[in-house]
Amino acid sequence: MSATAMSGPGAASTSQVWKVTGRRAVVNRLMTMAMYLAFLIAVIPLALVIWYTVGKGMTRFGWSFLTHSMAGVGPDDITGGIYHAIIGTVEQLFIAAAISVPLGLLVAIYLNEYGAKGFSTVVRLLVDVMTGIPSIVAGLFVLAFWVLGLHEGYSGFAGSMALAILMLPVVTRSSEEMLRLVPDTLREAAYALGIPKWRVILSIIVPTARTGITTGIMLAVARVTGETAPLLLTAAGTLFVNKNVFHGQQEALPLYVFSSAASGTPADVNRAWAAAFTLILIVVLLYVIARLLTRRDATRR
Amino acid sequence: MAKRIEALDLSCYYGKHKAVENVTMTIEPKAVTALIGPSGCGKSTFLRSLNRLHEVIPGAHITGQVLLDDRDIYAPGVDPVALRRSVGMVFQRPNPFPTMSIFDNVAAGLKLGGSKGKDLEVVVERALTGAHLWAEVKDRLKKPALALSGGQQQRLCIARAIAVEPEVLLMDEPCSALDPISTLAIEDLIAELKDRYTIVIVTHNMQQASRVSETTGFFTLAGAGQPGVLVEFDATSRIFSVPSDKRTEDYITGRTG
Amino acid sequence: MTQSTPAVGSPPTATGTPRRARRIEPFRGITFAAAVLVLLILGAIAVFLVVKAIPSLKKDHSNFFTTKGWAPDGDPPMFGIAVLVFGTILSSVIALVLAIPVALGVAIFVVEYAPRRLATWLGYLIDMLATVPSVVYGLWGLIFLVPHIRGFQHFLATKFGWIPIFDDPNNRTSVASRSIFVASVVLAIMVLPVIAAISREVLRQVDPNLKEAALALGATRWEMVRYALLPPSRPGIIGGIMLGLGRALGETIAIALVLGTSFAVSFHILQPGGNTIAANIANYFGEAGTTGRSALIATGLVLFIMTLCVNLIARTVIYRAAVKQGTAR
Repeated sequence: MSATAMSGPGAASTSQVWKVTGRRAVVNRLMTMAMYLAFLIAVIPLALVIWYTVGKGMTRFGWSFLTHSMAGVGPDDITGGIYHAIIGTVEQLFIAAAISVPLGLLVAIYLNEYGAKGFSTVVRLLVDVMTGIPSIVAGLFVLAFWVLGLHEGYSGFAGSMALAILMLPVVTRSSEEMLRLVPDTLREAAYALGIPKWRVILSIIVPTARTGITTGIMLAVARVTGETAPLLLTAAGTLFVNKNVFHGQQEALPLYVFSSAASGTPADVNRAWAAAFTLILIVVLLYVIARLLTRRDATRR
Repeated sequence: MAKRIEALDLSCYYGKHKAVENVTMTIEPKAVTALIGPSGCGKSTFLRSLNRLHEVIPGAHITGQVLLDDRDIYAPGVDPVALRRSVGMVFQRPNPFPTMSIFDNVAAGLKLGGSKGKDLEVVVERALTGAHLWAEVKDRLKKPALALSGGQQQRLCIARAIAVEPEVLLMDEPCSALDPISTLAIEDLIAELKDRYTIVIVTHNMQQASRVSETTGFFTLAGAGQPGVLVEFDATSRIFSVPSDKRTEDYITGRTG
Repeated sequence: MTQSTPAVGSPPTATGTPRRARRIEPFRGITFAAAVLVLLILGAIAVFLVVKAIPSLKKDHSNFFTTKGWAPDGDPPMFGIAVLVFGTILSSVIALVLAIPVALGVAIFVVEYAPRRLATWLGYLIDMLATVPSVVYGLWGLIFLVPHIRGFQHFLATKFGWIPIFDDPNNRTSVASRSIFVASVVLAIMVLPVIAAISREVLRQVDPNLKEAALALGATRWEMVRYALLPPSRPGIIGGIMLGLGRALGETIAIALVLGTSFAVSFHILQPGGNTIAANIANYFGEAGTTGRSALIATGLVLFIMTLCVNLIARTVIYRAAVKQGTAR
């Protein structure tokens, strides 16, 4: 310890009164610099990634890009677009949400409002385990079970099943958190009015938590929007527009980025950047909307 | 319409832990009965056993009987949900439903409790009038309930409770979260409500108990770590002037807290 | 009164209130069924993966765990996960080694050192970056990083080649750089926002009283961070790191794009080539025959088990750390 102390009356006029000198000060300065350095090291590559994607993506991005598919377009042709991919992604996300949101919400309601001691712990643990499933394993499962096992073949629907498996634990967990935040006093007031429990849950508790639940759902959707691996094994991709999500291979945005990037031709790579740019736009949009929603949350003081 | 409540040897348990022991009392209809006593001696638990809200907590149960006009509310076949439409409750902190308007809050018990076909607007107006809130909110019934002040919100909760036309109104420290002006307003309201309902009010405020009630019950802990017991139950005027039990006297005079 | 598992109308014990008719609540049954369904799905995943993986394992003429090649559709089928597991673990470990200090630094920076208004926006930014899809990182890694990092890789090999992992016996780093190192760098960049976002959230929730107490004792800012801010955050930060690890282990696309389809991997991380379980599945799936697909499923099963172990270890570590602190629930 080496703090220089005041040295008697009249020392108040000295500018150097209390000062931490020596090793402690040096360490402090070093670590402060280290923090700034860490920030820079992190910012640079991340900024590069975004910068590059936006920059390169904007060149090829445009209305015709969004409204044309790759039908009849070769890897070196400079036409073509992601229309088929957008349709596929939208349809697949919609169905994935349609499956995982009601199911996840029901499980969250069970865990937070009903729930039996041992069973609930098991369910919570396994839902946690499910959050850790690698996305490609989810794809493998749907491949093994649906595509091959039941001989249903590739389809956008198979893809949405894999995405639903990935979304389900996230939706369940965040919904449970949001339901838990609803104060007990509201439940008591509702029970005291002689309202049956299921009505209390559906008409009072869930609506009170609805903003938080919606945010959780949007964040879950944002996360799976960019998932490529499971779709490789299930929806499999195609050059053509396929509006039927239940039958036949379907393209999706992340798949498109992947295959175009892997192809390597300059035209394909340019399209890959533009598609990546579109993907980031969608994800950022979802994220921003989710964040804006939290400001209107009824459970926040 | 108001009903008499009789508790016979009532003990309340949370799992194995006994919180309230052997309470016997008769609560007269169309009157206000106050329950006073130090914190943690089971007054609220006892109150909640009167509308079976106590058992919402897993493992909570009672021994003994609670009779509502000579009918045991804990008898087999009694639906707690239906019971609670007869025995309403107002809580310590005003708790209007945050996503609903003023109108919807008052109507909530009716709409969600399954009473169909009633003219909601008439009922809501009646309830808000009965809660002395109608004049202040009649022009903004569709506005969010949370926009009201604390005192107004509590009157809204009272309106919500009486909208389902209960026979008994249980009040768990309804004014402790409110300012003195709102408190007096609610006490005036209670004085009016007792003409129609049986009212049981738990309060920490002894002056309030002596102002609003006809009968008072004094609860305290039997000892450290022991369950709460009913020490004395008598006319309010007697409790506060010539209490029979020394413990009551100590509490009233402030010798114990 | 807490209501973690409320149940209106549940019958009490024998000495208490007489049993009453249990209210039939179909809704409760529906939610219960949903919970059971989720369990079934998880079970189905495990079962199916095993069932579909076994055929190839039976046909494998070589030891599944030690073989270094990948020819499940060959005659006879010979394949093993040695290279894949090694590559998966190696790339994830390197990625974490690179990402953790930086992510922690960023989190501490945003919470403690950055100006307040900037800090909130930076927080949002980090959260958002954590949701950027991995395929974008892969694309960037392949198109931008691979050519640009060649010089740096070569520099590492020449100046630090005496360290075995940077060894470059055939001087391949001067021309090629699709190596485990580059893939790990891309992984690190991808995993960084995840760890930083979680760490930041955890650090933000530390009781300000603790920080003030440290400063009031005369601690420098760094000392306050080290002794008052970091210790209570340890369980949460470990959780974030484990989450990052899980993502790195399972990361398919970025690695598949950067590494391409090679099967050799060694400890010399600057050498071209390398593969992970997930990337291998993505790359070989298209041309795999029946046995090939079954073999890929077998590797997927191994990956699943790996991430499961990471998950369970993480929970144990977090729980123990929280117990030590007295914050365990």
